[in-house]
Amino acid sequence: MKAYIARRFLYMILLLVMASMVSFIVITLPPGDYLTSYIMRLKAQGQDVGLDEELALRRQYGLDQPYYIQYFKWASQMLRGNMGRSFEFNRPVWDVIQPRLGMTILVAGVSLIFTYVMAIPIGIYSAVRQYSIGDYVFTVIGFAGVSIPNFLLALVVMVFAYRTFGTSIGGLFSIEYVDAPWSLAKIQDLIKHLPVPIIVIGLSGTAWLIRTMRATLLDELHKPYVQTARAKGLKEGKLLAKYPIRVALNPIASTVGWALPGLFSGQTIISIVLDLPTIGPILLRSLMTEDMFLAASTLFISTALTLVGTLISDMLLVWLDPRIQYT
Amino acid sequence: MNDNQLLLKVRDLKTYFFLEEGTVHAIDGADFDIRRGEAVGVVGESGCGKSVTGQSILRIVPNPGEVVEGEITFYRYEKRDDGTEVQEVVDLTALDPRGDEIRSIRGGEISMVFQEPMTSLSPVHTMGQQIMEAIILHQKVDEDEARRRAIEMLRRVGMPQPESTVDSYPHQLSGGMRQRGMIAMALSCSPSLLIADEPTTALDVTTEAQILQLMRDLQQDLGMAIMFITHDLGVIAEMTSRVVVMYMGKVVEGADVDTLFYDPKHPYTRALLNSIPRLGHDKSERLESIKGVVPDPYNLPPGCPFHPRCASFMPGVCNVEEVPNFVIEPGHTARCFLYAD
Ligand SMILES: Nc1ncnc2c1ncn2[C@@H]1O[C@H](COP(=O)(O)OP(=O)(O)OP(=O)(O)O)[C@@H](O)[C@H]1O
Ligand SMILES: [Mg+2]
Repeated sequence: MKAYIARRFLYMILLLVMASMVSFIVITLPPGDYLTSYIMRLKAQGQDVGLDEELALRRQYGLDQPYYIQYFKWASQMLRGNMGRSFEFNRPVWDVIQPRLGMTILVAGVSLIFTYVMAIPIGIYSAVRQYSIGDYVFTVIGFAGVSIPNFLLALVVMVFAYRTFGTSIGGLFSIEYVDAPWSLAKIQDLIKHLPVPIIVIGLSGTAWLIRTMRATLLDELHKPYVQTARAKGLKEGKLLAKYPIRVALNPIASTVGWALPGLFSGQTIISIVLDLPTIGPILLRSLMTEDMFLAASTLFISTALTLVGTLISDMLLVWLDPRIQYT
Repeated sequence: MNDNQLLLKVRDLKTYFFLEEGTVHAIDGADFDIRRGEAVGVVGESGCGKSVTGQSILRIVPNPGEVVEGEITFYRYEKRDDGTEVQEVVDLTALDPRGDEIRSIRGGEISMVFQEPMTSLSPVHTMGQQIMEAIILHQKVDEDEARRRAIEMLRRVGMPQPESTVDSYPHQLSGGMRQRGMIAMALSCSPSLLIADEPTTALDVTTEAQILQLMRDLQQDLGMAIMFITHDLGVIAEMTSRVVVMYMGKVVEGADVDTLFYDPKHPYTRALLNSIPRLGHDKSERLESIKGVVPDPYNLPPGCPFHPRCASFMPGVCNVEEVPNFVIEPGHTARCFLYAD
């Protein structure tokens, strides 16, 4: 088991290195760089930027060097915990990301919990009471949840909330709390704002997980070992929980990590629509302005969080299912 | 203990599956008796309803199946402190399949060993956990005592190193070992009836022989009755003293083993016996397979379900009327108009 974890850890580090390269390459793909778009904006405002000036700026930012040197510079800084500077904000990248990182993890984490807490009992109910009215109702909701794009849902919910309550439900805080220091009142305000983004972000995942849970459990319910347990004289409810549900939960619980990429990407769009202070909008902005270190670092952090989540879920699987060998 | 005491009496049992495509008459008239300590074989082709008969007795017929008619009478014998025995009669078909009474019988007084040792055990629980669960459910013992008994039971069924296999997961054991584990689990509460549903079909010949030997020994030691479900007439001859032959959900013939092998009455039984090779026969003599095909379970022919394949088919009789059970001599019955008197 220890060897397995150690090996998985090594793989993860390898993957992280690769992720950092890919993040960097992605940023360099679009034509031009931050300076080209910066100068273009300056020119659009009527300022004149000379060629000498441009070269000087380019040197100052290190953009005159080949990409691989830029990458190694950035990567070696990263190793020392320095993610470089954001051109646009003219601040260290970490300072730009850090306040939003906590919110990102909070929103993703709560969405994940929401997804599982809703989907698992509903999935179990739908399987055990297959073809009941409840099963049909959840099936319809489930298909709707899978097929409605979540940004559309976000817009609909916003319009609906605006019409009925006359308030804007964007953001995670009311205006008076946005810049206020943490306090009980601020936390309460946050809790009031959370449900809408959580539901919007979590819905499609929940719908998908309900289908998976239902299908997996239906498969297990007809396995011979359930009949063996029934033939022992166990009570039906206890039997279901102890055998088929336990077995069906293994793959579900252990694929928690797989939900993370979906959550992060779904969250990016929703955060823009709902104006949430997560790293999603920053990523989009930095990609548009070609603010390379900020964009690469944000991408890298999202990937790293996903990888850690996957590692945790793989360990969960080994712990839950005795059939899986740690090799 | 009196050998002639009835343990289980099944009369006119019908179990149907209500599917969208139609109703499957999985059991459509089963009559047989099992006496205390007796080994009764149930034979028939695949799909004739053998497993569903076992499930019906335990009332664990899976959805959308249901016992729709008939009686399953179970005779419970309880020893009093003064040594006398009292008999209690329970009609299993009248019980709520999720109720307490049937649950105390399941695994406690009637237990079952299933066809597939590979899939009949929970993959995420150890052998010991699964056996102990049955023990704790039906006997007033604590965990330590249950574990001790589970190990003892495993030793009894010939499980190698029971002290360590008790903590093994099924995937760590061979098919034969798993089936021994299943048997240990089924016998852990000393049932008066063991339903063994093709317990050796999935095993190789050597292991099969060992498991059959084991079951014979245990039956003698524990004095329990066995309902031995199989499609293998050789196993029937070896293991049982009475046989019930099923065809399309009906018990078509019932007799003691010798009578059935040497004086079969029902044309289906005869055809079945002709389809197995026998020692002493000329090798060049061709084995007869039963001609015709098994009827579509959704559209059973009227009358006797065997008449389209029967050599002694009597037009106007067999394809018209429902066949009752005819008694040929005490202990020998056949569902065939040839024996109408
Ligand atoms: N869960 C179920 N749902 C629908 N039909 C079923 C179900 N279980 C059994 N049947 C039907 O009941 C009939 C009898 O099945 P059963 O399993 O008793 O056969 P069997 O005699 O045990 O055969 P085998 O030798 O292959 O085990 C079959 O026609 C089968 O299709
Ligand atoms: Mg069967």
